[in-house]
Amino acid sequence: MSLRIVVCVKYVPDATGDRRFADDLTLDREDVDGLLSELDEYAVEQALQIADGADDAEITVVTVGPEDAKDALRKALSMGADRAVHVEDDDLHGSDVMGTSLVLAKAVEKTGYDLVICGMASTDGVMGVLPALLAERLGVPQVTLLSEVAVAGGVVTGRRDGDTASEQVEASLPAVVSVTDQSGEARYPSFKGIMAAKKKPVESLDLDDLGLDADEVGLAGAWTAVDSATERPARTAGTIVKDEGEGGRQLAEFLVGQKFI
Amino acid sequence: MAEVLVLVDHVDGAVRKPTLELLTLARRIGDPVAVALGAGAGATAGVLGEHGAVRVLTADAPEFAEYLVVPKVDALQAAFEAVSPVAVLVVSSAEGKEVAARLALRVGSGVITDATDVEAGEQGPVATQAAFAASYTTRSRVSRGVPVITVKPNSAPVEPAAAAGAVEGLSVSFGAAATGTKVTSRTPRESTGRPELTEAAIVVSGGRGVNGAENFPLIEALADSLGAAVGASRAAVDAGWYPHTSQVGQTGKSVSPQLYIASGISGAIQHRAGMQTSKTIVAINKDAEAPIFELVDYGVVGDLFAVVPQLTEEINTRKG
Repeated sequence: MSLRIVVCVKYVPDATGDRRFADDLTLDREDVDGLLSELDEYAVEQALQIADGADDAEITVVTVGPEDAKDALRKALSMGADRAVHVEDDDLHGSDVMGTSLVLAKAVEKTGYDLVICGMASTDGVMGVLPALLAERLGVPQVTLLSEVAVAGGVVTGRRDGDTASEQVEASLPAVVSVTDQSGEARYPSFKGIMAAKKKPVESLDLDDLGLDADEVGLAGAWTAVDSATERPARTAGTIVKDEGEGGRQLAEFLVGQKFI
Repeated sequence: MAEVLVLVDHVDGAVRKPTLELLTLARRIGDPVAVALGAGAGATAGVLGEHGAVRVLTADAPEFAEYLVVPKVDALQAAFEAVSPVAVLVVSSAEGKEVAARLALRVGSGVITDATDVEAGEQGPVATQAAFAASYTTRSRVSRGVPVITVKPNSAPVEPAAAAGAVEGLSVSFGAAATGTKVTSRTPRESTGRPELTEAAIVVSGGRGVNGAENFPLIEALADSLGAAVGASRAAVDAGWYPHTSQVGQTGKSVSPQLYIASGISGAIQHRAGMQTSKTIVAINKDAEAPIFELVDYGVVGDLFAVVPQLTEEINTRKG
């Protein structure tokens, strides 16, 4: 029986560029280059490895975002995913994590799945709660923050490294998994993969297709509100000394002055 | 007075410091009611009472240790329904955030994660957060339901405040989802004897410039002279010089100590994302152009192999 894997990915602003807020205190997507969130590349990689180890598997990559978010889907397809679903709707603008998890849950259900794989967090919002919310909404086990993952006989197993302990965990499929950046280097798309991706199907869905109303998502449907976003003032220039043999002692003086010693 | 639920982060009854910080913040909003779950839950009451908890709701069941996350959500939801709080505060650990988010969804409330401060506001609690690698500061609130907010360690002082800390048993019935993800084995992290990275008041980190696992003891010695935790950049972790559990940065741990000392770390944006909210930042790097120097309160341009041992020795001498 075919293993249906859905990978949820996000198109995020490049962290090495200037990221800012727009007037409505949502992410300013103008003049900012976007890309597939690096942490989602690990999710795509693990999906590919799990599919390789299965008799028969299909990987669908899903994203919620504006037109440009197709770039993130193309990257995942060029890595080796089979097909893509793009949820795009003007009313999605400004969705918070509750809205986004609702849309993703509907899209994942519509696609059909045995296993949902996510990155551990997006590299822009960095909340890290979407996989847990998705599991809650879908009513399936959450097997999150795995640094190792394997699927066999309808069971997903993995290692979760927490603050105080490392745990081996397991759950029956269907399940929602998230993987960390320790799960294994993500592959680079090959030229062949990039060419093949151009021919792979990308399905577009809007809110109507998912049976959702505009007021359930977007800025209007958000359950949180950003009241202000202020650019952090540049730190006042610190003292910088060149070590000419006394650098360590000078630094110790500074730490004494700051009462750290 | 209105009650605020605080989920207790503890290990076998030993309450971890970030929970005591939450109690300080909770008192700004109302009367803290602590929820302690799992083995040793009852043993937390003393210290929680000394830090302002008017009540301590406890529940223990094998499910808390044997299954992932959801049993705690079921229990926190039971507390939520019993108390009708005006806010719920949870420590911003990986697990804490997952518990908070799932609770928020169940009770129809918005969730805010990784707050660095929480204050009372006219429309409910206002949370401060750092965004985009801490280049922005945002102020947000939950606009629907009862605010569920996770707070980063070191966001508030620990302030003693005597309160009743009356222990009450919390009755929890687990839903079908609670046993969905089984924990088949657990290996406690080996203690280094140093403070935990995310809650340490001082963090000393090493990066590419440390140039090998065999040199990390230099960083550790400096850390020990200051009673600090040891961190590492992604470059040092990926090279296998230091465990991933010590990685500071966007894909590692986010730290916000009183003092952060970066040694041999250039300060790539991914690293900055994990340490830029530190109160005082110090860097030692031989490259005067390293971006980390844009952030520092004090920087030494020099070879860490000379500067770090001298600094360590000086600190140890001054401590006598």
